[in-house]
Amino acid sequence: MKLRSRHLLGIEGLDRSEILTILDQARTFREVLDRPIPIVPALRGRTVVNLFFEASTRTSTSFGLAASRLSCGCVNFSKATSAVSKGETLLDTARNIEAMGVDGIIIRHQSPGAPHFLSRHVKAFVVNAGDGAHEHPTQALLDAFTLREKLGSLDGKRILIVGDIAHSRVARSNLLCFTKLGAEVAVCGPPTMIPPDVEEYGCEVFYRLDRILNEVDVVNMLRVQQERITSSSFPTVREYRAFYGLTAERLRKLAPEVVVTHPGPVNWGVEMDFDVADFSRALVLPQVTNGVAVRMAVLFLLAGGEGEVRS
Amino acid sequence: MKAETKDRLLLQGGSVVDPLKGSVRRADVLVVGGRIEKVEASIAAGAGTEVLDCRGKHIAPGLVDMHCHLREPGREDEETIASGTAAALAGGFTRVCPMPNTEPAIDTEAQVRFEVRRAAEAGFARLHPIGCCTKGRQGKELAEIGSMVDAGAVAFSDDGSPIDDAQVMRRVLEYCKAFDVPVISHCEVKELVEGVANEGRVSTKLGLKSGPDVAESAQAARDVLLAEFTRARLHIAHVSAKSTVDVIRWAKARSVQVTAETCPHYFVLTEDALTDFDTNCKVNPPLRAEADRRAVIAGLADGTIDAIATDHAPHLKGEKEAEFDAAPPGIIGFETAFSLGYEQLVLGRALPLADYIARLAVAPRRILNLPPAAVAPASEAELVVLDLKAEWKYAADNVRSLSRNSPFLGRVMHGRVSAALLGEKLFRF
Ligand SMILES: [Zn+2]
Ligand SMILES: [Zn+2]
Repeated sequence: MKLRSRHLLGIEGLDRSEILTILDQARTFREVLDRPIPIVPALRGRTVVNLFFEASTRTSTSFGLAASRLSCGCVNFSKATSAVSKGETLLDTARNIEAMGVDGIIIRHQSPGAPHFLSRHVKAFVVNAGDGAHEHPTQALLDAFTLREKLGSLDGKRILIVGDIAHSRVARSNLLCFTKLGAEVAVCGPPTMIPPDVEEYGCEVFYRLDRILNEVDVVNMLRVQQERITSSSFPTVREYRAFYGLTAERLRKLAPEVVVTHPGPVNWGVEMDFDVADFSRALVLPQVTNGVAVRMAVLFLLAGGEGEVRS
Repeated sequence: MKAETKDRLLLQGGSVVDPLKGSVRRADVLVVGGRIEKVEASIAAGAGTEVLDCRGKHIAPGLVDMHCHLREPGREDEETIASGTAAALAGGFTRVCPMPNTEPAIDTEAQVRFEVRRAAEAGFARLHPIGCCTKGRQGKELAEIGSMVDAGAVAFSDDGSPIDDAQVMRRVLEYCKAFDVPVISHCEVKELVEGVANEGRVSTKLGLKSGPDVAESAQAARDVLLAEFTRARLHIAHVSAKSTVDVIRWAKARSVQVTAETCPHYFVLTEDALTDFDTNCKVNPPLRAEADRRAVIAGLADGTIDAIATDHAPHLKGEKEAEFDAAPPGIIGFETAFSLGYEQLVLGRALPLADYIARLAVAPRRILNLPPAAVAPASEAELVVLDLKAEWKYAADNVRSLSRNSPFLGRVMHGRVSAALLGEKLFRF
């Protein structure tokens, strides 16, 4: 079981069987997480670095936990405490970290393509933990993992992604991942948040949530970024909630078997009402737990971990 | 790059391209004391006459690059006037017009004179400065345009940035009428542009911040209407979008005094070149869609786009070796322009050879009021020898520019400039 690329730069570079390889591996680790001592020695002696140029406690913690559950060292590097604030370039930073001898670099960066750029200049493997509005592959993998647990295969399932498609890396990776796994994907949001030619992903585009909401198996809500609220993407939060929010009223009308996902953190009262938190088919918290397992699988496969996963 | 001085030189056995007449004919050219003495079907080399063997080659007027960036003063590590004019000459450009967005910007008579002197000292391509429209390129107050014209400036532009304020643009257009110089507009409605990639299929896929083609064409529409209103001369720089070609075509049909240029990268490449986040393909305006590329070629073919310029924009490797958002936009272009255009437009059957040369040699001279591109007795020798059968590889080792930022490195090119004659000075490449 191997991936073709040394790096995980996006869902773009993965084929269906590679995605399934990662998800199957993640299932093994998901079981590990339920053990009394949820640690395996799979990557003992290895070290990865969390290179986060954008603040994100959730994702960096999830990767950090994933590494430690594999007995892999993980150091954190954040923009605020680094020389980046002194004008050091991304390449300088990468070369310095490389010189310290790490096996893998987990990078989050505001520029699309930053992980791809890095991967051309370092020997370590690179994991994209979010590059601008481009991709966030581990989020897509954990969403797919969570949906598979709940629904079985994604083949033929109808998935609706709602919100700011244009500026969302989660939307891009999820679109690619879900379609590669055989799902029918539709996107919905105000036209100001739908990027040009998005149909080329093989998805249908809707501008009115109520026209499509009742025809899907999965509702994948996206987070409204704070800066969009103050830009000209939509008039007011009130109007956004009215037309694109998963409100209590819409929740009541949903078919009972529909599941709801959200990459978190949720703006309660904006894209989702508080009631969704109690909705038994909202998978927000399982997504977080599964995120650790999926990231363990990614690190394990890229670091070339082999053999049985012993406790 | 060394010049050989030739008192009597016979260019023998070649074909002369006359872009003014649109003709190509077999002829020898005799140059005496830096002036063309005779152009005839067959001229015998007399005593004391050196012969340049042009068999199988073409002789054309020197090309003029009406839009480039030489980085001096301010960024002499990227390019100098000497290195830039040498690279330009090797690309067949006997005259270049650098844009004034240097550090500091060229907005005074003294700075215009400095550029001209530096180029004369270097002795390669001749230089005709473009001065700033507004002081410090701030887009607010008019620069001393008249004084700069007296010092040798041939056009005015705040290139690198648009002139946002429509009233300032109106005043610039009106003021330039007194000196019969064109205003060159870098068309970009900044509010519509979030980043440097074309808004479309590729920016969607890569998640790149982008700007739509209408950011260019909306400004072009504003500017042609202002040019019509003020009856002034407007030149639209680096046309990249179909909608801009349409605007210019419409304006010309209304007899607005508008001209336009495009650059080789806009008719050779599309946004698809960004797929690997290649920062060498980051340019402003951005590479656009295939329909835009085709429209640019159609615009060149029907004369809607008058000229081809390089927008030669040198940047060091270290500056381009960065994430896409952080890298500066620009491609070097002097040494590849002729071949890229020859391949795409002439071999691609969009333009006959003489018309192609006209876009490079005639139109810029006409727009900038420079002496005509004549290969005729009594004119000064300003010629290039073209080897259209040559196949050559554009390699980093041979680049004469101080910078190497080109997506075309490693590409096999068709047709090249094999010599240039400037008065008595012969350069061989
Ligand atoms: Zn420009
Ligand atoms: Zn320019």
